[in-house]
Amino acid sequence: MTTLNAQRPTLNQAAPTAYLLHLADNALILGQRNAEWCGHAPILEEDMAMANNSLDLIGQARLLYQHAAERLAGDVRAPRGASWPAGAITEDTLAYFRDVPDFRNYTLLELPHSPPLVPAGVGDRDWSVTIARNFLYSALMVLVWERLRQSADSQLAAIAAKSLKEARYHLRHARDWLVRLGDGTAESQRRAQAALDWLLPFTDEFWTASTHEAQARDNATGVDVAALRADWDALVNEAIAEATLTRPAAVQGYVSQGKQGLHSEHLGYVLAEMQSLARAHPGATW
Amino acid sequence: MSNAPALKDWPLWEVFVRSKQGLEHKHCGSLHASDSAHALQMARDVYTRRQEGVSIWVVPSHLIAASDPGEKDQLFEPASDKIYRHPTFYEIPDEVGHM
Repeated sequence: MTTLNAQRPTLNQAAPTAYLLHLADNALILGQRNAEWCGHAPILEEDMAMANNSLDLIGQARLLYQHAAERLAGDVRAPRGASWPAGAITEDTLAYFRDVPDFRNYTLLELPHSPPLVPAGVGDRDWSVTIARNFLYSALMVLVWERLRQSADSQLAAIAAKSLKEARYHLRHARDWLVRLGDGTAESQRRAQAALDWLLPFTDEFWTASTHEAQARDNATGVDVAALRADWDALVNEAIAEATLTRPAAVQGYVSQGKQGLHSEHLGYVLAEMQSLARAHPGATW
Repeated sequence: MSNAPALKDWPLWEVFVRSKQGLEHKHCGSLHASDSAHALQMARDVYTRRQEGVSIWVVPSHLIAASDPGEKDQLFEPASDKIYRHPTFYEIPDEVGHM
């Protein structure tokens, strides 16, 4: 990287709210997904590890939603869902009262914990899918948060500094498990390889352009994710080699577009479970 | 928890956590893990999530030699009537800190 001060404008710029929501939705949806292991993980220690991971991610999402809500509060053009409570835009309305097309998370993060063509019930969850996804995502986010510490949006820079520490641990945890599974038994290797084969194509979405990312990059509040690809590839390839797994050959196929609001069929179920309580009792506190 | 046969294969580790700089590591529990890196990672998630620590040690339980509970009469009781060994007859200056 070039020197920090040269890149950083003197004025505090505002990150585009759609960009903040993209980062927040990523954290919230994966946090919600990983929380599904609560009470069901293979062993108690990993049950707690996954709950810790979820709480880190949901904490990141809260900070980002709060930041976005402050920005949106005075904007009458800000989108509101049909069942949106009257009045303020808050972190809660952003999390609980937006619908599938409003969410800007990567499709990768909304997929169930089971391999393709397998039901998504509790007993069908596959730890290797969870681990592979956490690995692929946290490898990206370590690079993203590192850069965002220099964001021209000082609030976002502060969130990045906090989130980077958490992402580094998430990467360490997931990478460690990926190596254990890949370099483990024949069964664990088969499952880890199947998880990689399934999930890796969804990471193509990381490198495609979107309007909000381009805007954030252009006003120096965001990071040019495509420029991180070589670093991410190095992190991923090194871990895959150590895990004695094989990186599936790149296929030029459909590239998912969750960050543009075009989601898989799975996000609706995630939101239904996550939002139903808040929508049944708007404004409830406990 | 779903069927967890792995635990049978994983050795037991004792976990020691230092709550802050300058204090000693204290035993806080045990867990099953496949190796030391694994044990450290799980100890972090299980035993330090409420800011309990700044440092963790893990030790394979089988490497700890323990005194025999059946010998506690001969080992420990002879000390019970020797209260003059307790440093209670003078005041420790604050500067000494933790002893």
